[in-house]
Amino acid sequence: MIGAGMTRFMHRALETPKELAWHAANAALASSQLKLKQIDCVVLGTAPDAFDGVHMKSEYLADGCGGRGKPFLRCYVGGGTGVYAVAQAYFQVASGMFDTALVVCEEKMSSCQPHPQAAFLTIFDPITEQPLKPNLLWIFALEQTRYMETYGITIEEIARVAVKNKRNALNHPAAQLAAELTVEDVLGSEIMAWPVHRLMVSPTSDGAAAIVIAAEEVARRVSDKPIWIQGIGWSLDSAYWTNRDLAYPEYVEKAAWMAYDMAGVKEPRKEIHFAEPYDPFAYKELHHLEGLQLAPKGQAPRLLADGVFERDGDLPVTPSGGLLGVGNPIAAAGMMKICELFWQTRGEAGKRQLPGKPERGVAQAWGDLMQVGTVVVMGTKKPD
Amino acid sequence: MSERVAIIGIGFVPLQPATPRHSFKEMVFEVAQKAYADAGISFEEIDSFVTCAEDFNEGISIFDEYTPDQLGCRQKPMHTLTQDGLHGIADALMQIRAGVADIVVVEAHSKASNIITPDWLLDYALDPVYNRPLGFNPHALAALEMNRFIDQTGITASQCADVVVKNRLNARDNPLAAYALKTNRSTVDSSPYVSYPLHEEELAKYADGCVVIVVANEATAKKVVNQPVWILGAGFANDSPTIESRCWGQAEYARYAAQSAFLQAGIKSVDDIDFFEVDDTYAYKELQHLIALGLYDEPVEAGRATESGETRRDGKTPVNVSGGALGMGLPLEAHGLYRILELVLQVRGQAGERQLSRAKIGVAQSWRGVPTTSGAVVIVGSEAPRG
Amino acid sequence: MNDKYAGTPLGERELNRGKIFVNSYTPKLHYQWDTGEGIGRYLGELKRGRLIARRCDGCQRILIPPRMFCERCFRPTDEWIYVNDTGKVLTFSLCYVTWNVRRLKQPLIPAVIEIDGASAGMGILHLLKKVPPKKVRVGMRVRAVWRPPAERRGSITDILYWRPATEERE
Repeated sequence: MIGAGMTRFMHRALETPKELAWHAANAALASSQLKLKQIDCVVLGTAPDAFDGVHMKSEYLADGCGGRGKPFLRCYVGGGTGVYAVAQAYFQVASGMFDTALVVCEEKMSSCQPHPQAAFLTIFDPITEQPLKPNLLWIFALEQTRYMETYGITIEEIARVAVKNKRNALNHPAAQLAAELTVEDVLGSEIMAWPVHRLMVSPTSDGAAAIVIAAEEVARRVSDKPIWIQGIGWSLDSAYWTNRDLAYPEYVEKAAWMAYDMAGVKEPRKEIHFAEPYDPFAYKELHHLEGLQLAPKGQAPRLLADGVFERDGDLPVTPSGGLLGVGNPIAAAGMMKICELFWQTRGEAGKRQLPGKPERGVAQAWGDLMQVGTVVVMGTKKPD
Repeated sequence: MSERVAIIGIGFVPLQPATPRHSFKEMVFEVAQKAYADAGISFEEIDSFVTCAEDFNEGISIFDEYTPDQLGCRQKPMHTLTQDGLHGIADALMQIRAGVADIVVVEAHSKASNIITPDWLLDYALDPVYNRPLGFNPHALAALEMNRFIDQTGITASQCADVVVKNRLNARDNPLAAYALKTNRSTVDSSPYVSYPLHEEELAKYADGCVVIVVANEATAKKVVNQPVWILGAGFANDSPTIESRCWGQAEYARYAAQSAFLQAGIKSVDDIDFFEVDDTYAYKELQHLIALGLYDEPVEAGRATESGETRRDGKTPVNVSGGALGMGLPLEAHGLYRILELVLQVRGQAGERQLSRAKIGVAQSWRGVPTTSGAVVIVGSEAPRG
Repeated sequence: MNDKYAGTPLGERELNRGKIFVNSYTPKLHYQWDTGEGIGRYLGELKRGRLIARRCDGCQRILIPPRMFCERCFRPTDEWIYVNDTGKVLTFSLCYVTWNVRRLKQPLIPAVIEIDGASAGMGILHLLKKVPPKKVRVGMRVRAVWRPPAERRGSITDILYWRPATEERE
């Protein structure tokens, strides 16, 4: 990876979807020192078309992403898209077909009226579930209940994630939701869908983020500090989510091992220096850390309470501020985590910079009906 | 990497105007079983899966959720592309060449019959600020392009009508086709205008269907019973989506994609290609795409070649022997996969009544329909590429 | 503080004051999904006041919602099996917001309910009612409350809701 850029994350942006994509793509190109004409292919990652309000949204966004006159495609795995898009671009370049790729993730959720949340009704099975008028909050709340019940986790332990991430985001200049909060503040916010409180949920956002990747020969020529994609993994579980035990994300584990195996990581807890798991809801960060093999099952809350996951802890988690702190324009949020890995390993994370010299990080995104895990391991050492 | 990649299995169902007996999952399951049996593999051996689908074509947001079960993908790498099936083939090729997978399954299906308001759907794909407020039928975009095309090239409207006649006639020998018909130029020419100069009979009609393709690396391909059909090149490209700043009259996306595919395949002359399956969503598009693929020195020859029968099954350059979309039906994102399906059947010698005597190298080309300028080209052949 | 990153945030006030150009569009997107054999029968049985599942002889699982293929064995399923309209709450929530973001005084109680007669862990999504929200527990036994036969349409809502079962056994 030789460049990264993003827009601010906002509740509602003045910019159109194309303009958001353009700003992020432009920032990534500038950071990579390549010009658009040196980009061989463009990969777009963006989540449901229902938000931006355009069918075949990929085609509409193509020019905003720099895809005019180029090999261009859009990949899509729901919320997992922001991290998966890196995997897509990786194998496009590693195949030898292209030497460089610009990967852009964009979301403009605010277009959807009267409230973007309503569009989530249409992700449920139209015959067996939509007649019940389900709400996105339901599936998260159902999963959180199962997680808490199975491992005896308390709501206070979960609230700590929101406190940490919103505080970390105070140092992220693009953040929408940064705040200094206490556990009491979080638990004092109204209950959306028990056991989920409002301050444990990332609201809808507009924003875009982008990166540039290049094959080794190009990367070495152009960049003095390329960050290597050491492993990619992705795994999609069955759509029959009501037939699965939601307490543990097996699909995150599968995706993680695929990426770790490729990266030659045998003991993730030791060999991964920091992590950016997907945190759309506070408990998800903990749930995903366990899937990522960075905490034993049911133990992530304890490690958080012990300070292990703070910026100055043994294994910093979500130093960016995550979806809870920076914002959640679905695909762009996952890409923001990738950008964080890039900036941290290059020592360019400003006030968020982790102490020591983190050499290797893992980013993970999640999506669909508690179904998809997408994982990327990146670091300063080139894989063999 | 020069890893050689082949198509080792195909599954498919005939295209039909409606398929009420099965849900899309049941249809895909049936077709996937056929594909894996054809490839002689168990579902457990598949490393990665790709579906080509659009949310709004399915009527379900994050449609990606509903893709794995019916393909036998459980907790395995799987992703969706909101692209035509041929983009999916290119994706599979890249995964294998990158060493990420050895066997990749590509699926696309259509339940167009379940879309009650298809023209409104196309309207929803238009730019919401500059185009939609004008309130025109989206097919007018094709009409605008057709008008410019015939004006620039000198091809006549009647020569475009000949494409309809040829393809629907070809479809009569294709048991998979939904819209076979013996028609003639004057019937097409006198059908009402959808939007001048586009006649109603020049639009391909939607159909339901499904194709599953199993793509594999050379080591796997060498072990299968069926003759592998080698992917010699795959390219895909976009031109400008903005209708106010695009190249009207020429299919630039097809030209870029073809250039890339031909380069990969080491094909210097388009005369080396035995037959073509190109997009004909609107009749004039077949001609425009053939020009973009480089078949003619002068664009006007495309019209003359069609009129004189060169692109018929018994002609010098058979095009859309399957019947194309005009003859078979338009199955949304599965369109490109039905094109490549015909290539595979021909190369294998399994095309029945439609079998061409010379079918060693074929080209499939797709376009994503209005208002897009997106397309892909895949070249397949009976012999593995050298080196 | 934010001049390094592009993006112009808008508040609701600016929009409401009419100072920002907005254009609106209401899509007309209507679909009629083919239910197919599996779900078609499921809905038909719901209309008759019964829950039906499919068994896969490969993995011996009894699957609900029923499907004509087993996604684990990747083979067609084998037999229709009626299951009970009673079950156990696997997980639940108390939801104070509707799908279109209206606040509710009394929460909706979505739950995943493991169906008696189907395999362990085999649940369906539905709603609980007639139970004080604070009394809902994971593991609670529940039974379906059906619409009157004349009002059933062949829909998952032919079951109105699930309520705590007063007996352990039928």
